[in-house]
Amino acid sequence: MTMDAAGLVKIIEAVAEKIGENREFLTELDSAIGDADHGINMSKGFSAVVEKLHSQKIDDCGAILKTVGMTLVSTVGGASGPLYGTAFMKAGQAMVGKSSLDFEDFVTILDQALEGIKYRGKAQRGEKTIIDSLEPAVEILKNEKTSTDKKSVMERALNASRDGMEYTKNIIAKKGRASYLGERSLGHQDPGATSCYLMLEAAIEKIKDMCKSA
Amino acid sequence: MVGIVLVSHAPKIAEGTLELIKQMTGEKVLIEIAAGTSDNRLGTDPVLIGEKIKKADTGDGVVVIVDLGSSIMSTELAIESLEEPARSRAAIADAPFIEGAVAAAMEASFGKGLQDVKNAAENTRGMKKIA
Repeated sequence: MTMDAAGLVKIIEAVAEKIGENREFLTELDSAIGDADHGINMSKGFSAVVEKLHSQKIDDCGAILKTVGMTLVSTVGGASGPLYGTAFMKAGQAMVGKSSLDFEDFVTILDQALEGIKYRGKAQRGEKTIIDSLEPAVEILKNEKTSTDKKSVMERALNASRDGMEYTKNIIAKKGRASYLGERSLGHQDPGATSCYLMLEAAIEKIKDMCKSA
Repeated sequence: MVGIVLVSHAPKIAEGTLELIKQMTGEKVLIEIAAGTSDNRLGTDPVLIGEKIKKADTGDGVVVIVDLGSSIMSTELAIESLEEPARSRAAIADAPFIEGAVAAAMEASFGKGLQDVKNAAENTRGMKKIA
């Protein structure tokens, strides 16, 4: 599995499309335990990202990811701006100078994204955040990045992410607006963990697609 | 003089707080507002926050007063993105928004330094309102 800069842009477009499709759903989740703007914020951010990427052709994969991060930071408005923004910028930093990416790069991107989110949000697993759906996937990808069956690794990573997302229903929010609800946040799925799962799902679906047609 | 930036999700919160402060300090202190998003939604914008910090910095540094949630992360990101020396003389006060802003502005109006202004804001954390 390798892809060039155009392939990376296609993955980001797929992520943006998925976020757009789930705009209402994410906002609904956020209205239960937050400030009812996650879907709106994220779709605003990713529309701006797609527009930005279409307005200029970038050949460096690191620069593409950094552009995504900076655009999210300046357009999202909620906590997901600095969080996902930092994630993409940190991933971009690690990919500077690369005109194509392989599977190990993909793993590094997600690992760096996780580091970025942890750094920015000062959260850890079990606090009902993005980390609950991202870290389980990153763990599987990192442990099995040399496996020959990449498709199976990606599918298992995605399943682990979905389990992590669903697990957020059973835990109390410790970060963000939902933390004001305390125990009353139980039973509700975290919007951030959900958007992160959806982004991962879109990216992995697209990568599998591209591998098929290659 | 130390400058102050009020970072809120809602422009009205920041504007109202600024009005309160001006009753006490007049135009003495340089106070900037970074509130809401560029398309007028409730939220915070790290780019705007960074610009306002630069504007409020006359060389003696800036104390940033933040409201909820993303205002803190957005401000941290904004400060990290500043060039030196502005970067190391911008500080976030871990303080309640209105009380912290008023205390910081008073302290700044007395010509105190960055650390004193930040401390003044943070000392409002344990303040009892009812004796």
